[in-house]
Amino acid sequence: MPWANRICAVLALALCGCATPGGNPADPLEPFNRAMFSFNDSVDRAVLKPVAQGYRSVVPDLVRTGVSNFFSNLEDAWICVNNLLQGKFEDGGEDLGRFVFNSTFGLAGIFDFATDAGFQKHNEDFGQTLGKWGVGSGPYLVLPFLGPSTARDGLALLVDTRVDLVFQIDGVPTHNVLYGTRAISNRANLLDASSILEAAALDKYSFVRDAWTQRRRNLVHDGNPPRLKEDDDEDSR
Amino acid sequence: MKNWLRIFAAVLLAGFAQAQDVAPDALVRNITQDVVTVLKQDKDIQAGDPKKVAALIDTKVLPHFNFTRMTRLTMGRNWRSASPEQQKELISEFRTLLVRTYSTALSSYRDQQIDFKPLRAKPEDTEVTVRTEVKPSGSSQPVSIDYEMEKTPGGWKVYDVKVGGVSLVTTYRETFASEVKERGVDGLIKSLAAKNRQGESAKSGKT
Repeated sequence: MPWANRICAVLALALCGCATPGGNPADPLEPFNRAMFSFNDSVDRAVLKPVAQGYRSVVPDLVRTGVSNFFSNLEDAWICVNNLLQGKFEDGGEDLGRFVFNSTFGLAGIFDFATDAGFQKHNEDFGQTLGKWGVGSGPYLVLPFLGPSTARDGLALLVDTRVDLVFQIDGVPTHNVLYGTRAISNRANLLDASSILEAAALDKYSFVRDAWTQRRRNLVHDGNPPRLKEDDDEDSR
Repeated sequence: MKNWLRIFAAVLLAGFAQAQDVAPDALVRNITQDVVTVLKQDKDIQAGDPKKVAALIDTKVLPHFNFTRMTRLTMGRNWRSASPEQQKELISEFRTLLVRTYSTALSSYRDQQIDFKPLRAKPEDTEVTVRTEVKPSGSSQPVSIDYEMEKTPGGWKVYDVKVGGVSLVTTYRETFASEVKERGVDGLIKSLAAKNRQGESAKSGKT
């Protein structure tokens, strides 16, 4: 699997190559990460974002929702497995229900009837499972094309991509079309968020890093992360 | 005439007292519903008219935020090393930046459903978290929006907002800290001001 090899190579490079002392202790690879971030950013600005904008303006709302639902449904199977691995059997059952229900009545997931029926969508992946098992996140890591990650989540992503249902479908051209469509669909869903980011960030790199790190922490703890010490008021009134 | 004035004053006072007594979760619900009602009706705001969005935020949202505490929390240890003038400037620039960000977020509002979670707090609590959940129209994964609120003599005020577990204060804290470390408090104020001006020109260039 060349994709996995490539990620491995980058990980190895990142982990041993450019560690520098000083700066943010949670981000020892900052010089590498910044370079990768600006690479991703220029790829996004040159290709992905314009294509996603075109996709949003040309393709009707209803069709875009269907495409987004289709990929979301494929994810549910692996989300189910991860919930079971984390011992969350109720959530896992809900995921299984979603997958079965939407794959059949929802016409291969194009319609998301399960949500309307009260089956809640969850957000899980193997990185979160490892986190739940107590594996530390390791240093922050920006992956080429894939964006923010950590050492743990980057390695877990290898597992995620290997079991990805899109990957199981035969035929390289089909793969590529599906991967491409998914990337465009996902990016289109993020267009509003990225314009908020443009408005909000003083330094886009550290803003994304610090927001993403909190988001991951929140996801690993399913919405209730333990309070960090630095959350406390530094100054007395 | 005098009676009229008295009644008028009584009504005003009653309204004022009410604003102070409103429970934090009810306050968030009221503001959200007010804002959403305007968003749904106003075609100019949907098209992203910056003036109208700013006016909406100014009247409905800003009075319920404590920007001083927000800025102080974001500055952390560096707050005390800033002079009173610098602190004032920081609050004002940070406030402008947040309002602009919030405007961008509001103009991308479509028709999302917002759920209000029951408040878990004791009556004597002076700090509470009000939890809400937004269901985006495209995907089915809801996004949590939590408001950290404190009780003040002027009613409950928001001092941090967490979107999907991402705190506004925490996200800006590192950026602020490294700016101060590299360029001092004045450097940070300059960066914020530059960012705000850049937003102004981008906006006028677009519309």
